[in-house]
Amino acid sequence: MVDKILIAAGILMILGIFLSLYRFIKGPDVSNRVISFDVMTVISVSVIALIAHFAGRIIYLDVALVYALLSFVSVVVIARYIERGL
Amino acid sequence: MMNMILALSFELIILVLAIIAIHNKSLKIAIIATGVIGLFASVLYLLLAAPDVAMTEASIGSGLTTIIFFYVLNKIRKTND
Amino acid sequence: MEGIKIAGAIITLVGAIFIFLGGLGLVRMPDLFNRIQAGTKASTLGTILSLIGLAMVNEGWIWKLLIIIVFVLITNPVSSNMIARAAHHRGEKLTGQTLTDMLEEETDNSKEMEDEL
Repeated sequence: MVDKILIAAGILMILGIFLSLYRFIKGPDVSNRVISFDVMTVISVSVIALIAHFAGRIIYLDVALVYALLSFVSVVVIARYIERGL
Repeated sequence: MMNMILALSFELIILVLAIIAIHNKSLKIAIIATGVIGLFASVLYLLLAAPDVAMTEASIGSGLTTIIFFYVLNKIRKTND
Repeated sequence: MEGIKIAGAIITLVGAIFIFLGGLGLVRMPDLFNRIQAGTKASTLGTILSLIGLAMVNEGWIWKLLIIIVFVLITNPVSSNMIARAAHHRGEKLTGQTLTDMLEEETDNSKEMEDEL
């Protein structure tokens, strides 16, 4: 029962990643693609937590921690480059 | 079941992003697409039960490579102006 | 015990619905700033809800998941704010239905003050 509900949640998260991938393909300029990158990162954190549940190992959550910290840095660097150049 | 769906979806996403990175004229968009490829490749490493490789790929492939490429792009733009 | 696990799974499902709605808003919204609004806020709430649900399903994971929630809460608004400022600085076009632009007025006022000085 619990696993069936969690599989449904995982399929919804995958659909969210595909919708933001559509924005990445279509987006008119760089800013739209950066937003798509940001949203994909945030969705990936919860997908990794779900993978950790299905594998049953707590060590996988460290990868989600690294994601939440490091993608922020690259998004900030891209935003500063867009604004006035590093 | 769940691992199969996730692996197939992430491989499809990586394929689409690699095609974007090749066929786009703008360098910035190609660099961002490369960063997203590193992101999802790290999730694939996690599905193959290698969390240490996934951590390294997430920090190097998605973080450091994007930052260094944008630094170099900034230097090139300054010398061209 | 089983009831808490099923409740946690349902909370995770609600979070996944919020994430899906955030992706849908990223596709459907007409404007860059509306897309930032829809994408970042909805996906942050969805991530927090799904992590809380997973903490209820698995006992003993709550501290690590709480650390991840705190980091998401700190870093995500900062990055979306920086993207919005950069896009506004580049002169991104607003949609026709937007009524007021406070940042534009603020930068105009500061320019006038610099001219007076």
